[in-house]
Amino acid sequence: MATQILMPALSPTMEEGTLAKWLVKEGDVVKSGQILAEIETDKATMEFEAVDEGIVGKLLVAEGTAGVAVNTPIAVMVEEGESADVAPAPAAAPPAAETAAPVAAPVAVAAAVAAPAPVQAVKGWPHADLPEGPTKTMTVREALREAMAEEMRADPTVFLMGEEVGEYQGAYKISQGLLDEFGARRVVDTPITEIGFAGIATGASWGGLKPIVEFMTFNFAMQAMDHIINSAAKTLYMSGGQMGSPMVFRGPNGAAARVGAQHSQDYAAWYAAIPGLRVCMPYSAADAKGLLKSAIRDPNPVIFLENEILYGRTFEVPTDPEFIVPFGKASILREGTDVTLVSFGIGCAHALAAAEELAKDGISAEVINLRTLRPIDYDTVLTSVMKTNRCVTVEEGFPVGSIGDHIASTIMQKAFDYLDAPVITCTGKDVPMPYAANLEKFALITPAEVVTAVKSVCYR
Amino acid sequence: MAKKPDARPNVSKEDLLKYYREMLLIRRFEEKAGQLYGMGLIGGFCHLYIGQEAVVVGLEAAAKEGDKRITSYRDHGHMLACGMDPKGVMAELTGRIGGYSKGKGGSMHMFSKEKHFYGGHGIVGAQVPLGAGLAFADKYLGNDNVTFTYFGDGAANQGQVYETYNMAELWALPVIFVIENNGYAMGTSVKRSTKSTTYFGRGLAYGIAGEQVDGMDVLAVKAAGEKAVAHCRAGKGPYILEMMTYRYRGHSMSDPAKYRTREEVEKIRTEKDCIEHVRDLLTQGGLASDEELKAIDKEIKATVNEAAEFSKESPEPPLEELWTDIYA
Repeated sequence: MATQILMPALSPTMEEGTLAKWLVKEGDVVKSGQILAEIETDKATMEFEAVDEGIVGKLLVAEGTAGVAVNTPIAVMVEEGESADVAPAPAAAPPAAETAAPVAAPVAVAAAVAAPAPVQAVKGWPHADLPEGPTKTMTVREALREAMAEEMRADPTVFLMGEEVGEYQGAYKISQGLLDEFGARRVVDTPITEIGFAGIATGASWGGLKPIVEFMTFNFAMQAMDHIINSAAKTLYMSGGQMGSPMVFRGPNGAAARVGAQHSQDYAAWYAAIPGLRVCMPYSAADAKGLLKSAIRDPNPVIFLENEILYGRTFEVPTDPEFIVPFGKASILREGTDVTLVSFGIGCAHALAAAEELAKDGISAEVINLRTLRPIDYDTVLTSVMKTNRCVTVEEGFPVGSIGDHIASTIMQKAFDYLDAPVITCTGKDVPMPYAANLEKFALITPAEVVTAVKSVCYR
Repeated sequence: MAKKPDARPNVSKEDLLKYYREMLLIRRFEEKAGQLYGMGLIGGFCHLYIGQEAVVVGLEAAAKEGDKRITSYRDHGHMLACGMDPKGVMAELTGRIGGYSKGKGGSMHMFSKEKHFYGGHGIVGAQVPLGAGLAFADKYLGNDNVTFTYFGDGAANQGQVYETYNMAELWALPVIFVIENNGYAMGTSVKRSTKSTTYFGRGLAYGIAGEQVDGMDVLAVKAAGEKAVAHCRAGKGPYILEMMTYRYRGHSMSDPAKYRTREEVEKIRTEKDCIEHVRDLLTQGGLASDEELKAIDKEIKATVNEAAEFSKESPEPPLEELWTDIYA
């Protein structure tokens, strides 16, 4: 019987890819394990193998096609004497969005609202906070790479260090091309040894260099926590101001998709608790570029929390090479009058999706993107809350001791008389991240939960 | 009675007097620190270096301007040996504004960028990758400085030491790992910590050359230091020196040191003391008279008393200092 070959998901967060090359043609007899095609994800080009033997009846997607959604039928396999035309129609295949979505459910919801096509900028962006001048569309991944490359060109003491940053071109391809441009002296591949290279980088920062340390993910930075906190963050103080640690610790943070409890954790509130650190958590590509440039130039240790799911998202970014985002300056992603949504990082995607939904019910939500969590731009939050009189915070991290808790407490202390309702903190659930798709979806914060919280503070 | 030198070593009177003076300064300084601690002027943790003086003095004799040093919390000796001002060190111990860290670091956390002293670290073993990082910077910048990275036999069992060995050799970093093996990780003797008691030998697994050195003999330390420094400056990568030494006092001021016998301590003191060793070389070789040495003793005592006075008179940091130096 004819069977369909579907576009495979080749990484935990892949939602679509490019069918780069067919290695078989119609009529070919293939064996199981034979390579059928080369498929490009946003991170790599992967070979795709046949599972069963059969005859290639029909190639449904031409090679070179970009943006092929996961689970889209790309070929039909037939048995001898069978016609490809009798294969089930593509419509009978599992709907691509639904099948792909559970692994990244909340994000997929936001994406569905905001960014159906990969090259289209997220709706509602650019916002008023982008400076005047020309912009270009780029992914968060490209923005991060460009920020590093520009700063490395400008300052010979800036170097990148981490696992797979060089020859492998980055586990998430953030450092792609940097080895070619800057060489192995400045793009340093390390063994898998987080506490070791975090310590070496910190020492190097005292010795006159400006290291950028890439953690493959921030989950692995737990191994390096002592150097981040005790060595990097505290030395300026302990030395009476003699020597600080001008360096950046960066990498993906928070949940990816279906990678379980040890690889899915948002550390924003952990690092934000530490005096001596600066903490950035970009949402858009403009945030990513502008903040990373600020971080590399900053004379203090900076924790730079990226998000794997956002890496492939596209946004408008100013083309001015001197465009930076200063620390401690929130952006207003969407203006509103009825409620203030305070978020950062990928939480902004949920907040924007919720705001879009709320608008349909006549609720006007103002969405604030904190961008940096140390320092926090309290003024922008308080000014907004004094206008809207209601606040909901949105983040992916655990509920206890969350950034939202801190924001709520600050609002209570500084703007109590302006509040018409208690502040609600929307967070991830108070559980280790489960693997099962349905449980993971349930554990993460969703736009729907934000909508419910807003309706509650609006007494609707 | 101190161990008699076998033969008159090839060392000048001036050098011997220098070592004598520097080791004596550390010992008298530490005795005074112990006294001030007892008087309540120094608080918290205070780890004295008494007994181990030959290690830092011998290695500083092998260093040049630009070389860096970093160590653990038992750091007073290292600071004095690299030329930091005893007044600034003592005032840090008493938590005063005149201290190297304006009183905000304390005994375990002191730095001097001017003297290339990079701390003073309170987390056992953390200084090892940090020291390799200083060496990484020097190699990156293309100079010929080396970094002396000191740690104890206790720290030698921390995992990050071996992560650092691996990368230091992989990248040929100009770092000298100085293991000050004083026999005890706080209260746990080397024999109760490991079956692999020759610590320098562990470097061989990573391809790092090293040797064991009589850390109570300042001349042996200097000679080994020169060899290690030459290795590093030649671009051959790291080197390990395991200094066999001994601390006479407890781990910290609050440690009664019940884990070893009084006789053990006395035996080392009488047979191996590093200061007595140099004193013997000077007097028995006819290089210095008792009067000459007494004059030095007096001078050192005055320096230490001056430091103690300064550390008492220097004011506590103003309250505004609580909020400074958090961000550059």
